[in-house]
Amino acid sequence: MSEIAPKELRIVGFLCNWCSYGGADTAGVSRFRQPTDLRIIRVPCSGRVDPLFIVKALLNGADGVLVSGCHPRDCHYTDGNFYARRRLEMLKQLLPYLGIDEKRFHYTWISASEGQRWQKTVTDFTNQIHKLGPLHSTTEAHSGS
Amino acid sequence: MRVGVFICHCGSNIAGTIDVAKVAAEMRKVPGVAFATNYMYTCSEPGQDEIKEAIKREKLNRIVVAACSPRMHELTFRRTIEKAGLNRYFLEMANIREHISWIGLDKEANTNKAIESVKMAVAKAMNNKPLYSQSFKVNKRVLVIGGGVAGMQAALDCADGGLEVILVEKSPSVGGMMARLDKTFPTIDCSICILGPKMVDVAQHDKIKLYAYSEVDDIKGYVGNYQIKIKKKATYVDWVKCTGCGACMEKCPAKNSYDHFNFGVAPTRAINIPFPQAIPKKAKIDPNYCRQFVKGKCGVCAKICPTGAINYEMQDEIITEDVGAIIVASGYGLVDMDKFPEYGAGRYPDVITGIQYERLLNASGPTEGHILRPSDKTEPKTVVFVSCAGSRDKSCGIPYCSNFCCMYIAKQAILTKDHIPDSQSYVFYMDIRSPGKGYDEFTRRAQEDYGAKYVRGRVSRIYPKGKKMVVVGADTLLGTQVEVEADLVVLATAVTAAPGAPQLAEKLHISYDTFGFYVEGHPKLRPVETNTAGVYLAGCAQGPKDIPASVGQGSAAASKVQALFSKDMLESDPAVAKVNENTCVGCLKCIMTCPFGAVKEKELRGGRIVANVIETVCAGCGVCTATCPCGAIQLSHFTDNQLLAEVNTICQK
Ligand SMILES: Cc1cc2nc3c(=O)[nH]c(=O)nc-3n(C[C@H](O)[C@H](O)[C@H](O)COP(=O)(O)OP(=O)(O)OC[C@H]3O[C@@H](n4cnc5c(N)ncnc54)[C@H](O)[C@@H]3O)c2cc1C
Ligand code: SF4
Ligand code: SF4
Repeated sequence: MSEIAPKELRIVGFLCNWCSYGGADTAGVSRFRQPTDLRIIRVPCSGRVDPLFIVKALLNGADGVLVSGCHPRDCHYTDGNFYARRRLEMLKQLLPYLGIDEKRFHYTWISASEGQRWQKTVTDFTNQIHKLGPLHSTTEAHSGS
Repeated sequence: MRVGVFICHCGSNIAGTIDVAKVAAEMRKVPGVAFATNYMYTCSEPGQDEIKEAIKREKLNRIVVAACSPRMHELTFRRTIEKAGLNRYFLEMANIREHISWIGLDKEANTNKAIESVKMAVAKAMNNKPLYSQSFKVNKRVLVIGGGVAGMQAALDCADGGLEVILVEKSPSVGGMMARLDKTFPTIDCSICILGPKMVDVAQHDKIKLYAYSEVDDIKGYVGNYQIKIKKKATYVDWVKCTGCGACMEKCPAKNSYDHFNFGVAPTRAINIPFPQAIPKKAKIDPNYCRQFVKGKCGVCAKICPTGAINYEMQDEIITEDVGAIIVASGYGLVDMDKFPEYGAGRYPDVITGIQYERLLNASGPTEGHILRPSDKTEPKTVVFVSCAGSRDKSCGIPYCSNFCCMYIAKQAILTKDHIPDSQSYVFYMDIRSPGKGYDEFTRRAQEDYGAKYVRGRVSRIYPKGKKMVVVGADTLLGTQVEVEADLVVLATAVTAAPGAPQLAEKLHISYDTFGFYVEGHPKLRPVETNTAGVYLAGCAQGPKDIPASVGQGSAAASKVQALFSKDMLESDPAVAKVNENTCVGCLKCIMTCPFGAVKEKELRGGRIVANVIETVCAGCGVCTATCPCGAIQLSHFTDNQLLAEVNTICQK
């Protein structure tokens, strides 16, 4: 690793099997370069993602969490991602009360064909987390907005 | 627990940017891992044999394969470990190719990421439980959506194989775009002469039930057992009574109705049979133009019709059909001319589209096959073809090639010369794309034998000058500006997804790309499958392609359905939700959230109410699991414990 390369941070991604996991595969097949911080967990549907997973991850060592599902209306399970959207939006509002900057959590919709969009999402989110820095070495002030 | 870890080099695809030996060495240190190795090609036969042997030799009971995406080979390795006596759900995969080795060049960072990803898979695998499929009966009927050449081929192949077919076509007749074409490249045989007999076969086949002028309204169920709601749109003509005599069409006073079949190159009547070979050959009223609907009085056709088939009160009708598989062949659309202000945006009558020109060339078209300019009905002597009108044009939002325009332009140039021997054709092109069998020879014939002048360059502007249209373009080979005074200009407008394609995809739960074309299971190896079991693709719905390719896919999709239906019973996916009746408090929140209505109330002996999952209906999304306040309903294979095991592997403070 070159000396100037910043140290990796911990980013957890929950990706739905049908769209976003496929989108990440497409980005791979197309050899779209991405930062290496992200660790991907495959779930059947973004609606499977329990907000508690995200809170647990952030409290236990993750510096950022990304959730990605199918585009609204294009859910493999009809409307699992609508449930996801409702829950994840609520979580976003809640995070500041836990003393976590809501910018450390992002959810998005990416289809299996959108490799380029996946690349951009990962790159932007990773950069954002690096800008915020590590969550656990510094004591983050209660950043309730 | 004895976990075996197998790390694949994938030649240099993985080993090139990940130190696979180091990953294996690190895995040997992980508690629970009894065996770890790296191998050149794990998916190869010797690679799979190595897994099977290691399972026996090392008494492994959970297997992790770190290789390509599970979307590629999960099934392969599930079968492998099953052959060695393990439950197939004891397999976990770590995707170290698409998600690691292919997206970064930093070997150290990649190796580190791979080690963690494999550790996550090990943690999950240690929590994996054996799951067992149930078998269920498959309904051996197939729904084909779209009656173009691809859909008809699929329907006929299925029906000839003895399957019952439901064919739903949106427009009043089957045939699709091919029914509009005059001749077809590269043989110049008459399009309707080869398509017509297929259309008749579709109508007469006792295994095919055709719903024309109908659309799929709703789809419920899963592979093997779909319930389809079909909307039969009101035609205002009773098709049981209509004999297709056409008397109504002759007398209808609404003579300026838009002709969808002819793409508006000439008007039609409000009541019409779209073309002479239409199947079914039945009349239909367009209420946007019919005076009875627009003005509230007329009734001419009702008086004329010898069988009394006209019914202005007709309503849409919903019909239900049950099927076990679906083939989607809903074809394509064409970009609107108003996208091209530089070409007049459709305002100049003598600037037309390729498909409109087909109708002018066609003997059963509005000019009976005489090429006449729309403006003054004279024969054009100079015809200019503009290729890539919208295609390969990012400013138009269409970066892709429309696949068949180069070829049909050559065809139309040849036909123009055939029809009007003293005519001269010009073709403005970007590249000539003619890679099919006999195709390149064909485009050469247009130039060498029929004298079409090919100019390499884009057309920047078209404007009227007297009776002529001036076409201004560049000749990029000579580096000069070119101006041609044309009598008629034909734009090869770009192919788009069929109107309504995304909405249909959403009903089918299949993916579509940015442009609305449906996404196949794998770009090379699963060209007609989708990622939704039981749904297959054929023709231009998947992307622009010519007739031979569309027909090929129609047959391919049919053979996939035949293979699926070769068994009487299908195996269900056992990764479904299960309720722990001891912890369920009977709040029934899961019932309200399940998108499939798979959870029902159940009364236990003591009268206590709990949730109960109907296994064959559960699709395995896990929405209920994230809903349940008690963790009582768990999606198998993706339980809280399994996912948290992965989370905890990454997040150790
Ligand atoms: C000007 C022109 C000239 C051409 N010339 C040639 C040629 O010479 N040789 C050649 O090989 N190819 C040629 N082509 C290409 C050819 O038209 C296509 O390859 C072919 O029509 C593809 O068949 P398809 O069945 O996939 O789609 P389509 O022909 O588009 O058929 C799709 C059918 O599905 C129906 N449909 C759409 N949506 C729905 C829905 N939601 N529900 C139910 N039904 C629906 C449509 O009404 C249509 O009937 C030409 C194309 C153009 C534009
Ligand atoms: S949500 Fe949970 S507790 Fe409530 S009924 Fe369903 S399984 Fe039982
Ligand atoms: S996992 Fe739960 S919510 Fe999803 S289909 Fe099955 S029972 Fe319904």
